[in-house]
Amino acid sequence: MSAASLHLAVALDGAGWHPAAWRDPAAFPKDLFTAAYWAALVAEAERGLLDFVTIEDSLALQSTRHEGPDGRTDQVRGRFDALLVASRIAPLTGRIGLVPTVTTTHTEPFHIASGLATLDYVSGGRAGWRAQVSGRGAEAAHFGRRDIPGLRPESLDDPETVRLIHELFDEAADVVEVVRRLWDSWEDDAVIRDVPTGRFVDRDRLHYIDFEGSRFSVKGPSIVPRPPQGQPPVTALAHARVPYEFAARGADVVYVTPHDAEQARAIVEEVRGIGNDVLKIFADLVVYVGEDARERKARLDELDGAGHVSDAAIFTGTPGELADLILDWRRAGLEGFRLRPAVLPTDLGAITRRLVPELQRRGAFRSGYEAATLRGHLGLPRPAGRYAGSRR
Amino acid sequence: MKQVILAAHFPGVNNHTVWSDPASGSQIDFASFVHLARTAERGRFDFFFLADGQRLREQRGRIHDLDVVGRPDALTVLAALAAVTDRLGLAATINATFNEPYEIARKLATLDHLSGGRAGWNIVTSSDAFTGENFRRGGFLDHSQRYERAEEFLRTTRELWDSWVPEDLVADPVAGTFAAADAGAFTHHGAQFDIGGHFTVPRSPQRYPLTLQAGDSEEGREFAASTADAVFSRHSTLEAGQAFYRDVKSRLAGHGRSPDSLKILPGVTFALGDTDAEARENADHIRRQQVSPQTAILLLEQLWNRDLSSYDPDGPLPDIDPDVSEDSIIKGRARMHRDPLKTAAEWRALAEAKRLGIRDLIIEVTGRQSFIGSPARIAEEINEFVQADAADGFILVPHLTPTGLDGFVDRVVPLLQERGVFRTDYETTTLRGHLGLENDL
Repeated sequence: MSAASLHLAVALDGAGWHPAAWRDPAAFPKDLFTAAYWAALVAEAERGLLDFVTIEDSLALQSTRHEGPDGRTDQVRGRFDALLVASRIAPLTGRIGLVPTVTTTHTEPFHIASGLATLDYVSGGRAGWRAQVSGRGAEAAHFGRRDIPGLRPESLDDPETVRLIHELFDEAADVVEVVRRLWDSWEDDAVIRDVPTGRFVDRDRLHYIDFEGSRFSVKGPSIVPRPPQGQPPVTALAHARVPYEFAARGADVVYVTPHDAEQARAIVEEVRGIGNDVLKIFADLVVYVGEDARERKARLDELDGAGHVSDAAIFTGTPGELADLILDWRRAGLEGFRLRPAVLPTDLGAITRRLVPELQRRGAFRSGYEAATLRGHLGLPRPAGRYAGSRR
Repeated sequence: MKQVILAAHFPGVNNHTVWSDPASGSQIDFASFVHLARTAERGRFDFFFLADGQRLREQRGRIHDLDVVGRPDALTVLAALAAVTDRLGLAATINATFNEPYEIARKLATLDHLSGGRAGWNIVTSSDAFTGENFRRGGFLDHSQRYERAEEFLRTTRELWDSWVPEDLVADPVAGTFAAADAGAFTHHGAQFDIGGHFTVPRSPQRYPLTLQAGDSEEGREFAASTADAVFSRHSTLEAGQAFYRDVKSRLAGHGRSPDSLKILPGVTFALGDTDAEARENADHIRRQQVSPQTAILLLEQLWNRDLSSYDPDGPLPDIDPDVSEDSIIKGRARMHRDPLKTAAEWRALAEAKRLGIRDLIIEVTGRQSFIGSPARIAEEINEFVQADAADGFILVPHLTPTGLDGFVDRVVPLLQERGVFRTDYETTTLRGHLGLENDL
């Protein structure tokens, strides 16, 4: 087993992934809307040599209902723009990848490309993107440009819902395609600063992307020169066939949600079958780490008035048990894990200070960063621009 | 004595940036932004200002290649600069045509939190179908709707910022209350935006990030007087500056505002020297670098609205007249000449009288009014403009990236401080606080 090839990321969201995490004695609920809070979390993740952090986002308030706000006052409500949080943290960190969530459904593809390319510049090549489809009617109503009836888990098989899911993911695929073309629309050496001819750029090394889709068209080129990584890695969370296909075609990393090693094997087989050998498959896991993990979860469940449910499997146990699980599931063909700390900063600290040393002891995780960019951590080469050499 | 307001403009995409100078650095690397921002903060400036662009300029149907091309996304850069500065205000131009209020309100409120109350924005609109080709909504905003959209955009963002009151964020783990039940609730029904729901960002330190407005038209002046905190204007003579200042400030009362609640901030360039004579030499040298022979022809084309590529930059002006048709030879930038035939006649007369070729004429007629002189002269002139109510301060546009502000901060700022018209240290933590606008909300 090669130590460098196990990838670990953490997903940061509010006070943690348990809905009552903010009420844990170790939480900092009054600090969620400060830069210092996020800076401390990402610094801790970097201390643990993790590949990257993701930062959750959505263009609507958090809710237990899919249709819209639930009016609950006992859970975290409100959040920052994830891209700007990532950018705010970038100068304070040196190696860790920064992967904000940006929706493909409402945000202009041109703005997504510019924003993430800029994050790549300010972080020196550590930007990534969690491309997320929005199926919530509440988000659409914040823009007023289209109606989305909203996806409800209990009606996922209705023909109308199936049509909507296809529509949203087709659109997301177009958005990813446009963003990638925009990142390539400047060749790496487009800025020439040629004093004798007075030319700052070689316009022949700038390219119109001329994307014409059924939902939008984008002319290009980007206003931002090609980012340091060329293409910041694109990631996506996927639970079913349609998003698997979206991820396999458009993403560099996909997060899947198996509940045991057997299921992990089946999902890896299905995703691989779609045909993208270089796609990295990570499993998402909600984690309570420590000798008191079960008691902590039980206490929070009681505070919230319900047992914690999640799309991903929920792990409670010691760092050693979590290391066992990771190495076991990994044999199913997973390249990495995106761990969702149930309580911040408690479970993040347990990951960086106890799980990581345990994995290092077993020779399964890096003992120092070997690369400076997110692509480097993931073992992804820097791609050549698709337009390079094609002169207009 | 009035206090001078100073802001630093990161030189963007225009022919004022002398990229050919050996001292010129990257216009895109983050280190360049850090250098200029930290220099401005060292000089106790009020804020740092970034322009914006959403499509690369074209002229004669080709991407413009002579000036600096390419820039980062402004708000993303400002969020990163918030980490490497403590007090400096952070403002960006935002195009209200190709953005939606919910997203921009969210980003600005986020930036305001992440910077501890230092966010600002200059709201602009575009009726430009050319730029619209990069966006879903296209370019179809009628010219007459530009201020309507800007006004409603701004009003909508303020409704969103008011959707959380400070008490809505409780975060009391013992009581078990995180946020009020209706925190963030809003509805807005208007001609430009018909939206409703819940806003995700709690009340930010400034409540409303600082709003700047640029534009000299009657509509622009009224818009500024009704809602803006500062006007980004053109610098001109003392008398013309005083006339503009009087006009805009006199409009405030009609909107129930005090004259001090709107700051007039012309954008200016400057050239320093040990002596006034040396500064004039430096200024001439800078102008010749800014207007290369190729640039001179392109700038002339922008008035003539014709392909003049066959003309000699050192030769006489064309004897044909400008093309005054609607179709513009330049895309991605507004046409700057309102009456091309009249301007062309003036330029011809000037070239004749002074025996100037194309390039020398362009150097003469396109130079922005700026401060040229020894540090003592520049400090004196800046103060004179402010004390005589021709401005409340200035947005400085250095000609070099990223070191163009160094000399100003080292040599001019101390002289303004000696006169008691510029702060020696920050007295407040927010951008509104720096400008004395925190009590207007």
